[in-house]
Amino acid sequence: MKLKNGVYGILILVATACMGDDTSTYTATPAELDIPPFFESSILPPEIPSDNPLTVEGIALGKALFYDPILSANKTQSCASCHLQSGSFSDPNQFSVGIDGSQGTRNSMPLFNLAWNRRGPFFWDGRAATLEDQIFEPVTNPIEMANTWPNAVAALQNSGTYPELFDAAFGSPTIDSVKVSKAIAQFVRTLISGNSKFDRYLNGQEELSEAEERGMNIFLDETRGDCFHCHGNPMNPLWTDNRFHNNGLDEFFSDRGLGAVTGDPRDDGLFRTPSLRNLAFTAPYMHDGRFNTLDEVIDHYSEGLVYSETVSPLLKKISEGGVGLTSEEKSDLKAFLLSLSDPSFTTDSEYQPD
Amino acid sequence: MKVIASKITLTFLTVALVLTGCKDNDDTPLAELSPSFSFTHNWDGVPIENADYENTTYINERGESLTISKLVYLISDITFTDAQGNSFSAGDYNLVDAREGVNLSFTPDVVIQEGTYNVSFTFGFDDEDNAGDYPDLNSADGGVWIVPMMMGGGYHYMKLEGKYLNTQTNPESEVGFAYHTIRANDNSTSPITLQDTSFTVDLGDVLIEEGTNIEVQMNVAEWFKNPHTWNLYELYSMLMPNFDAQILMSENGAAGVFSRGN
Repeated sequence: MKLKNGVYGILILVATACMGDDTSTYTATPAELDIPPFFESSILPPEIPSDNPLTVEGIALGKALFYDPILSANKTQSCASCHLQSGSFSDPNQFSVGIDGSQGTRNSMPLFNLAWNRRGPFFWDGRAATLEDQIFEPVTNPIEMANTWPNAVAALQNSGTYPELFDAAFGSPTIDSVKVSKAIAQFVRTLISGNSKFDRYLNGQEELSEAEERGMNIFLDETRGDCFHCHGNPMNPLWTDNRFHNNGLDEFFSDRGLGAVTGDPRDDGLFRTPSLRNLAFTAPYMHDGRFNTLDEVIDHYSEGLVYSETVSPLLKKISEGGVGLTSEEKSDLKAFLLSLSDPSFTTDSEYQPD
Repeated sequence: MKVIASKITLTFLTVALVLTGCKDNDDTPLAELSPSFSFTHNWDGVPIENADYENTTYINERGESLTISKLVYLISDITFTDAQGNSFSAGDYNLVDAREGVNLSFTPDVVIQEGTYNVSFTFGFDDEDNAGDYPDLNSADGGVWIVPMMMGGGYHYMKLEGKYLNTQTNPESEVGFAYHTIRANDNSTSPITLQDTSFTVDLGDVLIEEGTNIEVQMNVAEWFKNPHTWNLYELYSMLMPNFDAQILMSENGAAGVFSRGN
């Protein structure tokens, strides 16, 4: 069970209702995220927007919308078309294909543990300040769902089921784009991955192999992998800093990333750090999906780094292409990275359509 | 734990002060004050603003050209000591992100009466505080403020990052530097050798009155200057596991990086 009904929340609602407030007709059932104990004890809790609290009905509605192609212009594509659970809610294709066959230029980001992206922003280039904002965009993006919000809302309003679901979630059968994005955001916030082999190792339930342990030491060693400065460490189960870096992919940028959003040349070539959790399911890698395998990724950091003006100062020996890991070190590092993958997340029925 | 102990002491003192203040109605009770702090940053007196990061070139003591891209640091245990030697500290901490302008103002959770106090704080965490587990710091700086256990655990004290110009290559090239200060550690020994490299910054005597704000200035140039003239060619990165480098950085930090601005 991924949700717990919030007893306190109900009490608050009852108390609020007794105050004669106009919102007393709002009857959605408060819900809480089912947070893995280690997350709870080690890092700050998720920040749930005060104007979009989690409710059982809101999450159920969000899940229905996530899997329903009704939001796209020709009713062929849903969020799940490019965010497949088997891929940790990412797309195995380098570039996702829109309803008319158009391809984007970025690899679909996986969706998990986004409730902890407390500071935002979202997308590879940070163009959405909040998760709700992020969800707003694909519906009207011409190379994705290529719809208009009035059309999408009309389709939902005219359907046989959605007015009732919106009524249950938001206290009114009248549908609008804000409610759609809020509901989907609620569902996406429930996508929590916290059951990898490494999680179980931290919980004392499983041992790491010798190769995985050696790989962890390479990951944390500032003179070798030094991955932790951007991807975190065992005390932080997110495995990303949710910040933006130029990780030495290109000398010149065909995609300015964050720089195109902020207009600040200092942000050119910077992209959001992806989590290292679930790498077993999220290939291809990098913002443009240029690497098909994890080996290619490790090779890049080991000997493929390229200098550019905004490259992260944390990358070492760029003139030599990187830190130059041995083949054994690469193998160990890969073993450790794969220990961060959580197969149960990709099959959890809680996240599947009802 | 020191933080909790300090808070208990502080609460006791506060209650005692309130009771003392109430026992004689003829006396005008002294105001209870919570002085605030502001943090500013400069390079030998020239303010460092957001626009300077990655743009402005600075010359360090050794003559090396560098730009700064990141400056985040931790201060803790702001302490007010009166003339009788009584110390008041909440034992709390503040993580300053100079480039992003985060936590440039801080009011420690302490209440004192008007008067003159010696004001000091700790740069980083002393060993006692560094042994604590702080979910907010575990999440700070994108969740990468923590120091891995293989280097002794605890938390970074400072991340000063940027690039310096290597004039020894042809053509000249920019090289990243990561001047990261943590507790000195040597994991070639068993058990790991650790040395507390936090240090106390004494801001001198300050008259605390209503509305007092104490400006803490950091002269970033001093990290490269005194007593050790920093050589970025030799010490530009991989400094966290470098025990001797951590000692050098701590000594430079303690020798004039911080001062009181008002």
